[in-house]
Amino acid sequence: MAETVRENPLLKVEQLKMYFPLTKGLLSKTYSWVKAVDGISFEIYPNETFGLVGESGCGKSTTGKCAIRVLQPTEGRVVYKGRDIAGLSKSMLKPYRRELQLIFQDPYGSLNPRQSVFSILKEAVVLDRERHTAVEANERVDELLTLVGLDPDMKSRYPHEMSGGQRQRLGIARALACNPKLVVCDEPVSALDVSIQAQIVNLFRELQAKLGLTYLFIAHDLAVVRHMADRIAIMYLGKIVEVIDSDHIFREALHPYTVALLSALPTTDYYQERKRSRIILEGEVPSPVNKPAGCAFHPRCKYATETCRQVSPGLRNVGRNHCVACHNVAV
Amino acid sequence: MVHDAAVAKHNRLSKRHSGLREKCHTFFKRGILTKISSALVIIFILIAIFCPYLTPYTPYEQSLRNKLKPWSKEHWLGTDNLGRDVLTRVLYGARISIVTGVLSSLWAAVVGAALGLTAGYSRGFLGSFLMRLTDAHLSIPPLILVMVLAPIFGRTILGISIVIGISAIPSYVRMVYGQVLSLRENDYVTAASVIGQSNFKILLKHLLPNCIPVVIVMFTSNVSTAITIEANLAYIGIGIRPPTPAWGVMISEGYNYLVSYPHLAIAPGIMLMLLIISLNVVGDGIRDVIDPRLRGKL
Ligand SMILES: Nc1ncnc2c1ncn2[C@@H]1O[C@H](COP(=O)(O)OP(=O)(O)OP(=O)(O)O)[C@@H](O)[C@H]1O
Ligand SMILES: [Mg+2]
Repeated sequence: MAETVRENPLLKVEQLKMYFPLTKGLLSKTYSWVKAVDGISFEIYPNETFGLVGESGCGKSTTGKCAIRVLQPTEGRVVYKGRDIAGLSKSMLKPYRRELQLIFQDPYGSLNPRQSVFSILKEAVVLDRERHTAVEANERVDELLTLVGLDPDMKSRYPHEMSGGQRQRLGIARALACNPKLVVCDEPVSALDVSIQAQIVNLFRELQAKLGLTYLFIAHDLAVVRHMADRIAIMYLGKIVEVIDSDHIFREALHPYTVALLSALPTTDYYQERKRSRIILEGEVPSPVNKPAGCAFHPRCKYATETCRQVSPGLRNVGRNHCVACHNVAV
Repeated sequence: MVHDAAVAKHNRLSKRHSGLREKCHTFFKRGILTKISSALVIIFILIAIFCPYLTPYTPYEQSLRNKLKPWSKEHWLGTDNLGRDVLTRVLYGARISIVTGVLSSLWAAVVGAALGLTAGYSRGFLGSFLMRLTDAHLSIPPLILVMVLAPIFGRTILGISIVIGISAIPSYVRMVYGQVLSLRENDYVTAASVIGQSNFKILLKHLLPNCIPVVIVMFTSNVSTAITIEANLAYIGIGIRPPTPAWGVMISEGYNYLVSYPHLAIAPGIMLMLLIISLNVVGDGIRDVIDPRLRGKL
């Protein structure tokens, strides 16, 4: 099958790097760097959901925050609507600011405990230049609450008077108040109960269909991402190791790390489940401060060769929107 | 579910933070000492407000014929070396102590909180500059600083309040700065900047309201310190000027007659002691109610 021709990407990230300095002493001397994100590239197309999976600490949140310029990346380009926004100052960023939104992992921490539901939403609504009168703002708040499935009567409540799922809906409503184009969802369901997770995931899909949103959906749970995303990128220690269509991930995943992750997923098919052999990865995730040379995954990879220990593999296209960063995969 | 349990606990905790009745309950549950101290503080405040109505005399009215009289029906605590009524002067002293204490702490709180917020939010050069300045300020003993500044600002209630306030500013700056540094890591601050809110509005809407509790706690513990400093200054003769009935002034004047007329120094001394102790106990109580985590820090 030929490469699918696609339109222009909404967001294009090129060789993104985010290093956090580790400082010590009186003069805050930098003695080392945390290479949280170490040269990653990806594209997100309009109306799609791009999943980002990886272990805790591999740099998912940092990637998401750099992509919408909550953080300023150390290096690399972030092209949004054809403009590189990676280095823009706060005032230059203004026209794009509200189009790039973020949903947080911890719904409680993302809401000011001293603000009521109404005050939280109104703050986001009135920053919109087009809305002026108080009546219009109130209407918009009601509209947003209904949109995310909350009762407009909840307006006078405070975050501590709401359930986890309701809080996350409120966080979503606040992001929607900005009429966003791209929403980074940073593990939006991992703090929630399993039954509520499904509701929130469905809400995300509904909103996408209704409002034409584009998502960068971050999770550490491959099962959730597979349900949400069109394409999935698998991250390991600050690098993307594989990008693949989510429909093909089970049959076509090539990178040893992806394969190991998939083997940990239980399936509902009884016969499949009996055949499933789990690949147990040995060793620990190395620290992003002292990364191993060559392929970051080589200390835990049973196929590692001399090349893997010395040369870091680049992401190569193996056809059908499928890219892998592994020396042992033949093109 | 584990998460639900955590949420429920959080709810309970935050609810406890809101109800005024529950706050009063925790406050008075601390024991008899807290109750007595609160009563004393209230009495002192009432005295400060209503002292002109409590005595037939003014604190300045001299009568050399009646000087150094012992207690009598007209003068319950006798008269001093200029024939002024001691009780009247002691009551008016409460007014001066409380006004100086509150005024100096109030202005220190406002300036200190503003500087702390600025330093915490701007970080960068301005932030570290302000904090180094604060550190330098903190290294000067407050009493010495006040002794140097007192003659400059004048030895009136206002002047002394300003001076004492200046000596208290750095502790507010430190406290608020630390608070802002931890608050600004909260996701809701990130969320506010993502929806396009300006830095200044974030400071006012999200950081300041969450700093107010610590400022209140600092304020209550600060008032008694300020009163002590004021009395110290008046006692050594560089504070509020003599005819004014400040307790420090009265103690230092009465000191000359300590053997023959001890009540002249002891009466204002006891008042000062009672006020300071009860303010400290009440301050501790308020701290426990507003933010128990601050225990031991202040
Ligand atoms: N502000 C910071 N200063 C220093 N190091 C940081 C900072 N933020 C993140 N890091 C480090 O960068 C690495 C990646 O962090 P990040 O939050 O992106 O991980 P994550 O993949 O989102 O993990 P999780 O699944 O636990 O949320 C971690 O090692 C973390 O310690
Ligand atoms: Mg994260």
